[in-house]
Amino acid sequence: MTLAELGPYLALILVGFLPNEVWRVMGIAVVRGLDENSQIIVWVRAVATAILAGVMAQLIMTTSGALAAIPLFVRVGAAAIGFAAFMAARKSVFVGVLVGELVFLAGAWMYGP
Amino acid sequence: MSSSQPRPPSQPASASFLNGLLAAFKSVFFYVLLGNYIGISALAYEFGFSLTWMVFCTVLIWAAPAQVILISTLTTATLLEVALAVGLSSARFLPMVAALIPTLKAEHTRQTHLLLPSHLTAISVWVEGMRMLPQLPREQRISFYNGLGTGLLSAAVLGSLIGYALAARLPPVLATTLLFFTPMAILMSSARNNQTLIDRLAFGLGLVVGPLLAAQKVKLDLMWTGFIAGTAAYAVHRLREAMR
Repeated sequence: MTLAELGPYLALILVGFLPNEVWRVMGIAVVRGLDENSQIIVWVRAVATAILAGVMAQLIMTTSGALAAIPLFVRVGAAAIGFAAFMAARKSVFVGVLVGELVFLAGAWMYGP
Repeated sequence: MSSSQPRPPSQPASASFLNGLLAAFKSVFFYVLLGNYIGISALAYEFGFSLTWMVFCTVLIWAAPAQVILISTLTTATLLEVALAVGLSSARFLPMVAALIPTLKAEHTRQTHLLLPSHLTAISVWVEGMRMLPQLPREQRISFYNGLGTGLLSAAVLGSLIGYALAARLPPVLATTLLFFTPMAILMSSARNNQTLIDRLAFGLGLVVGPLLAAQKVKLDLMWTGFIAGTAAYAVHRLREAMR
């Protein structure tokens, strides 16, 4: 392997792996000695859940990747219809995702780039 | 008499690991990740990365949003900018791992034994793990979680392989549709799994606050989303406890 070929792997470690992994190790460090029922953990769990919801909402609504090429109403509409199908199918994630994806595909086909 | 009675043999770690793997294969996330990583790998192909690089990327980072950022910026932005963007998108792992560890560890768990589970943590693994772990004896939890994480990670690796092979033939509309898998599945699993008031409030508020802050172009918007929505949910939870 030449240095030029090594480049993308070095970049992967330095600006991909490390900036990600450091948070995980810090997560271990900050909870040393705390147990499940401590109030800090209850709060931290609420914060983690809220961040997760924020990530998901942003992926659907304010995404900057390839999804951004699909109009907002298609993305939100597909998520809403998928969610309605999920509720109608007694909270089946499988049914909800399938219906949402089909609506998204149809919408992307009609209104996409 | 009770002290002389032999304890029932506890389950070996390999059996717990296997149970975790099986749980991964049965999880809807196995198929969601497969689909999602077909989309991400097609993106990597488009940006000229090799298949080996893409597999390493998945195993080493194991976070779809960070990987999408890395792949789409590495060829154009400066390394410092890329590192910052990946780092900011990954900050959620601190509270996620911090919330996971107390549920995961047993009384005498060594710190080093927590490194693998924390690396295997992804949103999907965390959501499934937090749901399943409380039903297991403490000494089985780490092996189970490692199995669960390995199983779901293998779906992502498999998806990466398929995505790369299909990339040239995959219409862009279809590749984009695949990227929509993860947010949809997380949304619904969370709606199904969040049973307590504090979880539901935190998730519901996060859904509203996240896009609002992003639209205002607030810096560190996800951290603020977590702090504001999480603290509000916690406050309501405490208030209700106090009124009981």
